[in-house]
Amino acid sequence: MKTVKVYGPGCARCATTEQMVKDAAAKLGVEIEVEKVTDARSIAMAGVMSTPGISVDGKLVHAGGLPDAGKLEGWLRT
Amino acid sequence: MTTEIHDPARHRGAPDWLWYAGVPVVGVVLYLLYGQLIPISEWVTALFPVARNSHTGEAIAFFVYDVPKVLLLLTGIVFVTGVLRSWFSPEKTRAILAGKRQIWGYPLASLLGVLTPFCSCSSVPLFIGFVSAGIPLGVTFSFLIAGPMVGPVGLGLLYGLVGWEIATIYLVFGFTIATVAGFILGRMGLERYLQDWVRELNAGPIGDLPQERLTLVDRLKMGLDQVREIVGKVWIWVLVGIGIGAAIHGYVPEAVMLRIMGGDAWWSVPAAVVVGVPMYTNAAGVIPIVEALLGKGAALGTTLAFMMSVIALSLPEMIILKQVLKLRLIAIFIAVVAAGILATGFLFNAIL
Repeated sequence: MKTVKVYGPGCARCATTEQMVKDAAAKLGVEIEVEKVTDARSIAMAGVMSTPGISVDGKLVHAGGLPDAGKLEGWLRT
Repeated sequence: MTTEIHDPARHRGAPDWLWYAGVPVVGVVLYLLYGQLIPISEWVTALFPVARNSHTGEAIAFFVYDVPKVLLLLTGIVFVTGVLRSWFSPEKTRAILAGKRQIWGYPLASLLGVLTPFCSCSSVPLFIGFVSAGIPLGVTFSFLIAGPMVGPVGLGLLYGLVGWEIATIYLVFGFTIATVAGFILGRMGLERYLQDWVRELNAGPIGDLPQERLTLVDRLKMGLDQVREIVGKVWIWVLVGIGIGAAIHGYVPEAVMLRIMGGDAWWSVPAAVVVGVPMYTNAAGVIPIVEALLGKGAALGTTLAFMMSVIALSLPEMIILKQVLKLRLIAIFIAVVAAGILATGFLFNAIL
């Protein structure tokens, strides 16, 4: 079980990112729990300056723009 | 596991050679098309059952010519900018600025504000990220002002629609206002007007992102993604802006324009700022209006003031910044930037 956090104040791309994470996990058969972080303070505390950002099990893996589908699978797999 | 997952280029889309060949070919085709816009638009205008030199005919001609022109320019500029910006990121910019405490921080922040990709929806995390890394407040403001004000889209469209002289003037003064306003705000010691929770933040954890190695094709893809995203979002503003521009071009008599926005009407500069601030559109929407205003004899200073206040000071952005700034600081911020815009407007009306 991995905990994935998606950081973003609620822009369209943040919602797309969340969906991409879920889709990728379903495709790989990896069990994940997605948490959406929308509060500006928490986003900043996580060290994310450009949204959407993604962390997997507490480790920040991506910030700014939509993630690349291939890379996303890589993060979820390892 | 396969090694394939670490090679993003293999995952989707066209092979590399298609990118290397396709981008120049599409570029040349669009460039040639751009050169033929006058005959094409005149031909389309002639299809309408109105006299070419009537008010309506003039308005239609303006619209039919400007829509493809602005959209082509916009696509080209956004693509090139998207590719160039793939070399920059807020994280890198923060690292550069955090080391600069002396006076050079302000112009450098203005420059990086133009080059760093960020959208207004993440200006709050960005603001906190900067301030918590010890970047002075004034330098952060220079960055935040320059970003929208001297954006490449605005400059490119000004260059294409109004001419290089005015684009250059705009660049120089936009850059100067961002730098000087940041400097003044920095000197005012405004830290006490940050929201309390922002002041209590210790140096935030620096986002420890693994540096991604990007190939040229990755960067071209990023440019194309930007085109899809930005052109897909702003085209409606472009149409509205050109529609207003066309109406001005076709129907507003020059005498009226001279009285309202001419160089003799001193009050027109502050009026342009007052009208411009609550207006919210982006550079692509306002520049066709600017084109029409200047064409009808509006004074350059007044028009510049209008454009700058529309682009640089927007109400929605202020509402977003309210999360980190107390109202007092937002008011000071607006006042300082507006003063710079007013000064620019008066200066150009006086010397031209």
